[in-house]
Amino acid sequence: MAVQIDARGLSCPKPVMLAREALKGGEFPIEVLVETGTSRDNVRRAAQSVGCTVTVEKVGDELRLIITK
Amino acid sequence: MSKLNRFWASRWGIVFAGAVIGILASLLVVWGNPKNMGICVACFERDIAGALGLHRAAIVQYLRPEITGFVLGSTIAALISQEFKARAGSAPIGRFLLGAFAMIGALVFLGCPWRALLRLAGGDLNAVLGLAGLATGVAIGVSFIKRGYNLGRSHRAPAVVAWMMPSLMIGLLLLAIFTPRFLRDADGNPTGPIFSSTQGPGSMHALLVVSLLVGLVVGFLAQRTRFCTMGSIRDVLLMGDTHLISGVIALLVTAFLTNLVLTLAVPDLSLIKVGFADQPVAHDNHLWNFLGMVLAGLAFALAGGCPGRQLFLSGEGDGDAAVFVLGMITGAAFSHNFGLASSPAGPGPYGPIAVIIGLIVCGVMGFLAREKV
Repeated sequence: MAVQIDARGLSCPKPVMLAREALKGGEFPIEVLVETGTSRDNVRRAAQSVGCTVTVEKVGDELRLIITK
Repeated sequence: MSKLNRFWASRWGIVFAGAVIGILASLLVVWGNPKNMGICVACFERDIAGALGLHRAAIVQYLRPEITGFVLGSTIAALISQEFKARAGSAPIGRFLLGAFAMIGALVFLGCPWRALLRLAGGDLNAVLGLAGLATGVAIGVSFIKRGYNLGRSHRAPAVVAWMMPSLMIGLLLLAIFTPRFLRDADGNPTGPIFSSTQGPGSMHALLVVSLLVGLVVGFLAQRTRFCTMGSIRDVLLMGDTHLISGVIALLVTAFLTNLVLTLAVPDLSLIKVGFADQPVAHDNHLWNFLGMVLAGLAFALAGGCPGRQLFLSGEGDGDAAVFVLGMITGAAFSHNFGLASSPAGPGPYGPIAVIIGLIVCGVMGFLAREKV
């Protein structure tokens, strides 16, 4: 994984800000770990708005988002 | 992702939620709630503080079942969508203080962001000052967030922690249903432990079951769509993201249209009065309407959610949001006990100084709370 972001337990808007920073960095794929549905939706929306593809997998109690160009 | 979940996460989903909330808020006034106050999280939590005797302002005491509905509606939505999860431990005392000062600011304006929108939808132009203050406060919060402000991570907690806020709300509902008044004053008149207003805004309310049902619907929709008034402004300022604000605009538009239709259709019912003077449960001191909401907006931004959002988060197991809510209820008690809350006559005697203290406290937190993540 080129870029890894651990956004678990962070309140809004930190997870999506970290993801946007990584998206601007331009290195793909980006892996984002989040805990809540809100963070998942926000990160996914931010990535899709710049034309990226997002897959979500559930890992135990957490959600792992993989963002690819 | 299921079709329904995709809808809730979409722009149409948030617009739908905002529209339904706007219509229901307007109808709640017809059903008995005070004017321009179909829904007001700050006012309703203040009424709950009064009903519990935490303050003794006789006109604002009622265990508003809408608040219980908000939390439990969110709990139901979160359980169905498997998002109900116990988490806690992100600077609880900081969030408590933010909640208390958010309430102090909101009660100087006389309303939370939801009520600011509903006041505007009823023609109360003082709400423009309140909303401008809210946006200013959120903008100050955004500048802190850009500099790295955050309160640190929350952590997984035992499942029982997630159930504390929903349980507390069921307790409040039972107290509302049975309204125990077994204590007696010196003359033998019944008093407490639950107080109920016999006049003023606290005495005006829809039927308990109606309030509860509306609360449940709103709580469910808001949990699914992440509806948040503070977040709507923050996301525009921080990222140019208009997702949340489209829901907020939908709320404003549908509340106004519902008010308009009902005013035209129902004789003797007037839900719209345009102007600044003599608005229901409001004052027209522009400076403190504005600054009260600057404080509230800043505190909401630093805490990551408007008062409604904090209730919905607490319903899905977020112990930190629950602490913010308890901070708000405590802040309401201080507001009335210390002469901080406004009345239709204007700001309370010590409201302005409390707002300044609150701005300093929130400013210091914004500067200093910068946990590296």
